[in-house]
Amino acid sequence: MLRTEEMVLNLGPQHPSMHGVLRLVVKIDGEIIREIEPVVGYLHRGTEKLAEDLNYTQIIPYTDRLDYLSSMTNNYVVCHATETLMGLEIPEKAEYLRVIVMEMNRVASHLLWLGTFLLDVGALTPFLYCFRDREQILSMFNELCGARLTYNYMRVGGVKWDAPAGWLDKVKNFADYMINEIQNYHELISGNEIFLQRTKGIGVITKEMALSYSLSGANIRCTGIDWDLRKKQPYSVYDRFDFKVPLGKTGDLLDKYHCRMDEMVEAMKIVKQAVEGFPEGGATMGKVPRVLRVPEGEVYVGVESPRGELGCHIVSKGKDKPWRIKFRRPSFYNLQVAKELLVGQNIANLVAILGSIDIVLGEVDG
Amino acid sequence: MSEEKEAKKPAAPKTPRAAQAAGRARPVPPRGRAAGKPKEEKPLPPSPKQPVVDGYAKLIREKISPEAVESAFINQPNDHLPTLVIKKEFWIQVAELFKNQSDLAFDYMQNYSGVDYETHLEVVVQLYSMARGERVCFKIKTDREVAKLPTLSNLWSAADWNEREIYDLLGIDFEGHPDMRRMFLPEDWVGHPLRKDYVPLDEGV
Repeated sequence: MLRTEEMVLNLGPQHPSMHGVLRLVVKIDGEIIREIEPVVGYLHRGTEKLAEDLNYTQIIPYTDRLDYLSSMTNNYVVCHATETLMGLEIPEKAEYLRVIVMEMNRVASHLLWLGTFLLDVGALTPFLYCFRDREQILSMFNELCGARLTYNYMRVGGVKWDAPAGWLDKVKNFADYMINEIQNYHELISGNEIFLQRTKGIGVITKEMALSYSLSGANIRCTGIDWDLRKKQPYSVYDRFDFKVPLGKTGDLLDKYHCRMDEMVEAMKIVKQAVEGFPEGGATMGKVPRVLRVPEGEVYVGVESPRGELGCHIVSKGKDKPWRIKFRRPSFYNLQVAKELLVGQNIANLVAILGSIDIVLGEVDG
Repeated sequence: MSEEKEAKKPAAPKTPRAAQAAGRARPVPPRGRAAGKPKEEKPLPPSPKQPVVDGYAKLIREKISPEAVESAFINQPNDHLPTLVIKKEFWIQVAELFKNQSDLAFDYMQNYSGVDYETHLEVVVQLYSMARGERVCFKIKTDREVAKLPTLSNLWSAADWNEREIYDLLGIDFEGHPDMRRMFLPEDWVGHPLRKDYVPLDEGV
């Protein structure tokens, strides 16, 4: 019998499979993980502290850098929280533009997740296809607001830019293309024997775990819990669109994969409906005072970001700057479950399970 | 270049401003609200959620202690969120009650944050009940000098890292927490940055 000894393995913070700057201190016995300690904070920039010295409009570009893969939802949550507290009316056109860009951003984010997750389980090819398609979304965003990742597109009361001529047609064509393309992805990936072996029955999240750890996004929906804020606490104009919330059954990696794949289709369906019902005229900005003074009070709003419930908690003392702003960052909540999921697993499953949670370290560290 | 554009933008669209002026001529309240001044002038209509929060407060007073609830109100702008301010001595009992009692069943923690009000510190917890689709918000005050609160990590696992974050940034010590360390900042960091009187210590700068 070969004598084995527990060994401490340090993964990250600079490691390609750590999705940024996560560090994992793993204690392994042979190939089995016995203990795991995530160490975070390498990307902590103190956004919440900085925001206390900023006007509400000035906070928006900082939120771009939290979850840099879905900046549109981050922009939206801080605008939405401010608007809720101020009781502002948002023009219909702005709401439609917001929904279109948020759903496109969801697809862009999921595509990046899909590519990197498949890299994590050893498939190189899909990554290139995912980036090819994601690039189209980024180009369209670039056309709309002049940035590929840090959009700074939304404002309290509306959006900064109207859609340029012909942009909506491009979006609609892309939505049709993407719905079709996802079928191709399924053909490429979903039946692959190696992929199935790496994902089926691995990293199972139970309903109890999902609730206790306050998971959100695909991490909770893969267990079968129907929790999508677009349906449960509707915001913006989501109540006008017809879409389904894909749910899993077992809570394993494969279910999570299918949830996200179906979510992309649903997001594209929302985009198509929004383009069809897009209001002809109207302003892109509501009536907003030049200096935003938010009335005294407190508000918490949550929106469904690609990673889950992205929330914003603002305490205002009636000034033009927030007294306290707190972001409920879904990656931060979701990453906690890794500790429980990974203990007892084979080391080869570590990257797969971690990849499936879909964390963005800019968001974890805040 | 872009700054210039930014500065010019508000003045450019003449029509919305004209509309705003026209709107102002008739009802005054919108402007007053935006300015954030007169709040007590017009009494808000009673919230449809008022019975809910009254029920919670009554339940806590009956089951735990008559003094447990400091105040109970509806946060109207925030989608009529029932909000209860709980005294910290009774907080853990209240949390247990709201999590475990089957007709309350607040099994999902939506948000957990801390605020420094200069006079005191406060933690704010938003809970959600998956079965009932109800939200509730709890606020618990604690002293700034001896900032201590009971941990919730035994009830909701999500509280674990959140309490570490609050400890790190606001310096509230959560008693009974299994691993009360800083979350983001290095172990040798001095002070808690989100406190309003925080002064950065830059050795050697």
